[in-house]
Amino acid sequence: MANIISDATIEYVGILAKLALSEEEKERAKKDMGEMLDYIDKLNELDTSAVEPMPHLFAENNVFREDVVTNGDGSKDTLANAPEQTGGGIRVPRTIADETAETGRTGGESA
Amino acid sequence: MSLTSLTAVELGRKIQAREVAVTEAAEVVLASIRQKEPHIHAFVTIEEERVKKRAEEVQRQIDEGSLTGPLAGVPVAIKDNLCTKGLLTTCSSKILWNFIPTYTAEAIKNLERAGAVIIGKTNMDEFAMGSTTETSCFGPTKNPWNTGHVPGGSSGGSCAAVAAEECPYALGSDTGGSIRQPSSFCGVVGLKPTYGTVSRYGLIAYGSSLDQIGPIARDVTDCAVVLETIASYDKKDSTSVKRQDLDFTSALKEDVAGMKIGIPRDYFTTGLDPSVKEAVLAAAKILEEQGAVVEEFDLGLVEYAIPAYYVIACAEASSNLARFDGIKYGYRTDAYEGLHSLYKKSRSEGFGPEVKRRIMLGSFVLSAGYYDAYYLKALRTKALMKQEFDKAFAKYDVILGPAAPSTAPVLGESLDDPMKMYLGDIYTISVNLAGLPGISVPCGTDENGLPIGLQLIGDCFAEKKILRAAYAFERTGAYRHSPLANGEHVSERRVQ
Repeated sequence: MANIISDATIEYVGILAKLALSEEEKERAKKDMGEMLDYIDKLNELDTSAVEPMPHLFAENNVFREDVVTNGDGSKDTLANAPEQTGGGIRVPRTIADETAETGRTGGESA
Repeated sequence: MSLTSLTAVELGRKIQAREVAVTEAAEVVLASIRQKEPHIHAFVTIEEERVKKRAEEVQRQIDEGSLTGPLAGVPVAIKDNLCTKGLLTTCSSKILWNFIPTYTAEAIKNLERAGAVIIGKTNMDEFAMGSTTETSCFGPTKNPWNTGHVPGGSSGGSCAAVAAEECPYALGSDTGGSIRQPSSFCGVVGLKPTYGTVSRYGLIAYGSSLDQIGPIARDVTDCAVVLETIASYDKKDSTSVKRQDLDFTSALKEDVAGMKIGIPRDYFTTGLDPSVKEAVLAAAKILEEQGAVVEEFDLGLVEYAIPAYYVIACAEASSNLARFDGIKYGYRTDAYEGLHSLYKKSRSEGFGPEVKRRIMLGSFVLSAGYYDAYYLKALRTKALMKQEFDKAFAKYDVILGPAAPSTAPVLGESLDDPMKMYLGDIYTISVNLAGLPGISVPCGTDENGLPIGLQLIGDCFAEKKILRAAYAFERTGAYRHSPLANGEHVSERRVQ
């Protein structure tokens, strides 16, 4: 395998991807990603120095519209999907810590 | 002939003629599902009361004369990555196990305006990532032709449901072949439209620059009728294209005289099952006999499609799937220490292995230091591939080849070796990268009786050409078969 994925790289990817991997998953991910990158390196056979990247197939103009609400108030149904609610809002853990705050589930909350 | 064997258009005609009530059509379909689901497992959600209520409503509108179209009252199955207001939409993922959308996808709205009755939501690979429907958190769907085999994927539930006559037609989505490959494996007709033809509003995104919604049916006519119904310009999808030529049924002509069909030599070199090769080339011969001008040519860059695709699709997936964080909807972990722990644990417990694999690869190729080498390189390769197709379509009306290099694999044999599974997308993936329309039409079976799909690819906005070629081929009667053709009910069959 030409691409050796280090523990540090997998840690970093875990941070970027917001995934907590078990040791077993990390080992598997190192192997899988290395194999995929070996395969993807095939693209280096192509000389693309004179080619512009093509993110969009058709016209790349932005599509604007007036900022007008057309779909009514769906807040009740939207909120019904939230895993935890409180006082008409979505319950989440405290996002800004202070010295006395507990960060666990029973700690502070914001909505 | 049983009502379940009718195509969507045939059933719609009987409904308009008052030979069949909408409620009766729904009942017959639900009974078929009840009988076959223990063996097939094509559906993940069915709410019978909702179906019956909707059927009554549509019948009223037909009786009032406000619904006169070909799909009015005809039941349809919907892939579970398309949002349906008030009806569970899971992407076959634990992370969306309880998600009830607050709006309906535009493509489905278009169907509903035409009087469609949604019968249920179909199984799929988790977030459409897979080629077998085995990465579903609900367990795999089985191939109706042989329940020891996979139906293909990711729209495996939709294709199996249509093949098993659990419903006349279905919607799927296609990011790298997810309509055409399972259509090939299940012996049904599936079409991926030109990018931008069908609104993606309400389609839960995987690779946004590649995703398209399309029809899956038992014949080419149904595909054209359904595409005509779901295609629309939509302000809510910023990549939606304003097209004036959406009268796809006008292309249903038994006439390929003078049509130029190109067969890429590169599609028939290595890794192709001999039975698939033989059936596809025989189909080309039939089109030639019908008056088409068929010749071989060199397409070029075929082997670079899969690596370019996996960079682009995974990059987009890593961004699109960032929204599943345990906060707003879906699965939230039981125990966490602060916000980041909530995100990480919810995502790690909610996503399956294939989804995590692609999110990680996508995060990596977009990360600082690798972005140019991988992501931009893939976008440059995509530009080159588009040029290759432009050159080909300057000479040919239609490109002909297989939809997949093999017939449906045995259940449980694909997931251990993801690289091998990815290679199975070789004929479908470049079509998504170039935004082209493609259709898979049944053209034979292999030595084990499993279906083979013929793929016809058109230039952007040239759906009518591939529909015409597909229709002409189908009308020759060269290949006409169904897993239920011998009158047997679907049942457990021995693995070959």
